[in-house]
Amino acid sequence: MLESVTPLAASAVALAMPLILAALGELVVERAGVLNLGLEGMMLLGALAAFATVAHGGGLVPAILAAAAAGILASLAFGFITLTLQANQVAAGLSLTILGAGVSAFVGRQYVGFRAPASFEDLPIPLLSKVPLLGPSLFSLNALGYATLALLAGTAWFLYRTRAGLALRSIGESPVVARSLGLHVSRVRYGAVAFGGAMAGIAGCYYAVAQFKMWQEGLTSGNGWIALALVVFATWRPLRVAFGALLFGGVSALGLYLQAIGVQVSTFALASLPYLATVAVLVAISADQQMIRRHAPASLGKPFHDDS
Amino acid sequence: MIRLRLVPRAQPSRAMLFVAPLLAIALTLLVGLLVFAWLGQNPLRAFRVFFVDPVSDMSGVSELFLKASPLCLIALGLAIGFRASIWNIGAEGQMYMGGIFATGLAIAFHDRGGAWLLPAMILAGAIGGMLWASITAALRAHFHANEILVSLMLTYVADYVVKYLVFGPWQDPQANNFPITVQFSDNALFPLLAQWGWEAFEGTRLNASVLITLAAIPLAWIFMERSFLGFQLLVSGLAPAAARYAGFAEKRMVWLALLVSGGAAGLAGVSEVAGPIGQLNDRWQPLYGFTAIIVAALGRLNAIGIALASLLMALLYLGGEAVQITLQLPKALSQVFQGLLLMFLLGCDVLVNYRIGRVPAAAL
Amino acid sequence: MTTPILALRGIRKAYPSVLALDGVDLAVQPGEIHAVLGENGAGKSTLMKIIYGAVRPDAGTMEWRGRVVRVHSPGEARELGIAMVFQHFALFESITVVENIALALAGPFDLKALASRIAEVSQRYGLPLNPWRHVHELSVGERQRVEIVRCLLQSPKLLIMDEPTSVLTPQAVEQLFGTLRTLAGEGTAIVYVSHKLDEIRRLCHRATIFRAGRRVGEVDPAKETEESLAAMMIGREFPRMQRRSHTPGEVALELVSLSVPADGPFGTPLREVNLRVHAGEIVGIAGVSGNGQAELLEAITGERLVADSGAVRLAGQPAGRLGTTRRRELGLVHVPEERLGRGTVPPMSLSENALLTAYRHGMVRHGLVMREPAAAFTNACIEGFDVRCGGLGAKAQSLSGGNLQKFIVGREMRQKPRLMVVAQPTWGVDVAATALIRQQIVDLAAQGVAVLIVSEDLGEILETCDRVAVIAGGRVSPVKNVFETSAEEIGRWMAGMFPGGPAMAAKDAERVPA
Repeated sequence: MLESVTPLAASAVALAMPLILAALGELVVERAGVLNLGLEGMMLLGALAAFATVAHGGGLVPAILAAAAAGILASLAFGFITLTLQANQVAAGLSLTILGAGVSAFVGRQYVGFRAPASFEDLPIPLLSKVPLLGPSLFSLNALGYATLALLAGTAWFLYRTRAGLALRSIGESPVVARSLGLHVSRVRYGAVAFGGAMAGIAGCYYAVAQFKMWQEGLTSGNGWIALALVVFATWRPLRVAFGALLFGGVSALGLYLQAIGVQVSTFALASLPYLATVAVLVAISADQQMIRRHAPASLGKPFHDDS
Repeated sequence: MIRLRLVPRAQPSRAMLFVAPLLAIALTLLVGLLVFAWLGQNPLRAFRVFFVDPVSDMSGVSELFLKASPLCLIALGLAIGFRASIWNIGAEGQMYMGGIFATGLAIAFHDRGGAWLLPAMILAGAIGGMLWASITAALRAHFHANEILVSLMLTYVADYVVKYLVFGPWQDPQANNFPITVQFSDNALFPLLAQWGWEAFEGTRLNASVLITLAAIPLAWIFMERSFLGFQLLVSGLAPAAARYAGFAEKRMVWLALLVSGGAAGLAGVSEVAGPIGQLNDRWQPLYGFTAIIVAALGRLNAIGIALASLLMALLYLGGEAVQITLQLPKALSQVFQGLLLMFLLGCDVLVNYRIGRVPAAAL
Repeated sequence: MTTPILALRGIRKAYPSVLALDGVDLAVQPGEIHAVLGENGAGKSTLMKIIYGAVRPDAGTMEWRGRVVRVHSPGEARELGIAMVFQHFALFESITVVENIALALAGPFDLKALASRIAEVSQRYGLPLNPWRHVHELSVGERQRVEIVRCLLQSPKLLIMDEPTSVLTPQAVEQLFGTLRTLAGEGTAIVYVSHKLDEIRRLCHRATIFRAGRRVGEVDPAKETEESLAAMMIGREFPRMQRRSHTPGEVALELVSLSVPADGPFGTPLREVNLRVHAGEIVGIAGVSGNGQAELLEAITGERLVADSGAVRLAGQPAGRLGTTRRRELGLVHVPEERLGRGTVPPMSLSENALLTAYRHGMVRHGLVMREPAAAFTNACIEGFDVRCGGLGAKAQSLSGGNLQKFIVGREMRQKPRLMVVAQPTWGVDVAATALIRQQIVDLAAQGVAVLIVSEDLGEILETCDRVAVIAGGRVSPVKNVFETSAEEIGRWMAGMFPGGPAMAAKDAERVPA
């Protein structure tokens, strides 16, 4: 039994990591009251930046930095049109998705089919990685995977244990009240949006340089949208994001596993599984509107003109 | 130092409603020229290849209409929902479903169809799109599930349904394992306009499906601008609390918006499979469902604006194909321009509600 | 005369459609309670926000203890020693009292240490508070205490109170006045913004009076009468209402042990509400907001359905499960509290907003909107109710609060109702519009229409209504004839102390003023 569950758990964790990264970034953005639907676009740009960096001989650290920078740049464009120019956040997020997909397909054309000359490999922690079940899944991640866990803890700490985190959550509830208390609404929201961009970029880097290790068009295949759903599923709480991502990783891994052991299921049905699971999970969580309303940032997605 | 700030206007500027899209188009063109220059192309030549050559003859113009027609149709449907702040972004999947339903009929009656087949396919396509959209509607109306995410997820699923069919049960046995269905029989295809005696379109692929779009434009205009249902949708988009207060049932609005947009997308799907493609295959991913979102926004959620915007966006498609052939540039360039255009439009829209003023130097 | 702690000169602030302040002066001495008096829209709130750095003026200077200063943000104001208690509390619902206070204070982020300081200050000034409770659990009076304690922790030299009593019971007002007098005795200057003349006469040492964005005078309020203050505030005679005799007819609305769950996570459930409103009478429901008013109104208007159909009866028919539209067909009209965004669609024209509820009066044919009948109806509202606007094409958001309310009341009244339900009929409305709206409501009842008013303004209820009840903690008190009760009794009831009231159950001792 354990022999079959262990690789399943390991691949679930591996699939969950980029989702955690992207969803954690978006969680901070939404906690500040901003809805950035452009995750998919920012992830694709991050993936492109990371892949191009390693393809041109850059190292893995420069690849992460390039991915984060690409994500930040894209997110700041989003921030400028929504926070400064007051554009509709839903439409702006969609435009970012379209633009990111377009740019990554356009520039990435030259890399299609290339293998990444450098990539993130698993780094098992001595001893711990020998623990049954948990060892091969949680303690033999690649460097980005460990970084993800650190970022998860760091984000939770920031949101709940620091004054800045408190201010960010408050701004997400009511920018009007925050403004009258003298909190810097725009500054905090720009910061949150940039953080979300960096995290999405790094998630893209994960897909390009740690998971697929080769370039293909649209390699994030809708995972940015799944990450968005995860934020709702987690009712805007960081640790639940991780839990949800593991659940999704599990569903996807199960599909691959069933196929591997020769169960007769259409590959297309299996490929649809994560998307159907997303819908199911959204329905399950949204049916309890009291729960959603208690936890959702009250000002989410609403424009706010920060001027006196 | 002069610092600029946004000053709210007392009344939204009507002039800017028209100027902002033009400004966004101009900015997109400007960036386009810079991109061409950066790619080492002569910007003016590339510009001509992209924007002028594709429509320099009648066959080009008819290709433009052929692409604009589904875009316009889908965007009209979407606009009705967007007015109510119901964000169906899964029109692409609803379009696939329209195509699938129509194809089902075309295959089932491949060699025993009659004149009734095409109308039946049109109906089936609309129903297919509506059924697919009704999943989103039901989940949103009864479980409050976010329609953006659900409709998008279902688009990925719809894509796999197409693949499943053309790789499996619907595959043409004579196709050497290519993932395609049989070519539709004549009864299952929209007649070419040239066959109906429109000589101007002789030798072009323009078919009767554009007539559906031409009829939809005035109907959509009346619905959006003059009907009480259209008014109710607008109210629930602008002020949901006011809609509840007035007794405009939210669930009804959700169903209405999604069924209309799903049906329109389904029709667009029929016009594709029973039009220029003439079959269902796994490479049919025109992304019209997504581009139509831009068309709707650029057209200001207004039927006539959408008709014009669909022509512009169709030109971007043709331009992308042209630069791929002529200049060996990736076709994705047109997607880049689409994204830029929407982004610039959203940015320029600030001028509708705000004007740019200086921060007074002597402020306390 | 000593140097004023605060002196404003020539303050001017223009918004796109109004000149909010036009060259205004104000001087406040240390240790004085200084009233800033003016009616709604006179510019008081804007002026306070300028002092507090939340709004920047277009022109003018501010002197703080004799020195010219520029205050660019509330943070800078707090550093100077200026604190403000907001009319609509500046509190975040989803976090605790101590977190709310921490956000406004500088220094290390140590919530435990701050909580003990809060306990200390709240004890000294008689403002009991539990620092670890979430704000959404607090009553309105408790929320105000949070605001005041937050200010006191900054040891302010100047405390701004913006309309602090509009949400308090009469007893809680006395308690607040005690705290303010103590503070003034310790040398703190207090700017007290209000339009309530009796309070200002009782509490304040001096008063500066504003009208339409201008300063019109400075007086010693104790030496003035309410009439003379009112005359300065509105520039003419205080309008008096024509009362009429009250002859109740059949029951138009009946609530029979109506119970409704809370509206959202921060709402109040209704418990066993019984009420009757007869044709031709005006019944008022007083009470501090957040005590179940929203739930009551939704259950009556049909925005929320009630499982027990007989719990709500309209014109004798069980209506609990009928939707808004069906109830309107039974002759119910409704003026909601929220004018922009609920009573009207802000970016739509007045004629489109007429369509919103009056569409069944010949404005829709074959599913299409008929423009002429809508325009005629709108014009009748505009003329009949003296709505000052840019014609029937004017957008709802361009109208002042008073004019918009006149339009909404007009739109609802012209639909020939049998029952009209009005929430906060004159909240934030100028004196002239208030008088007109109240007169129209009284005249409507005289024509045999049943009227239910839900209002926080006790004065309004006592002036307009025939019978009055109180809502507290989701329960409704017995109904009394307005001549057989007093402001004191209603005030006690507002704190939940009525037969069957929540304070009698004494679950939440915090809600009962000491």
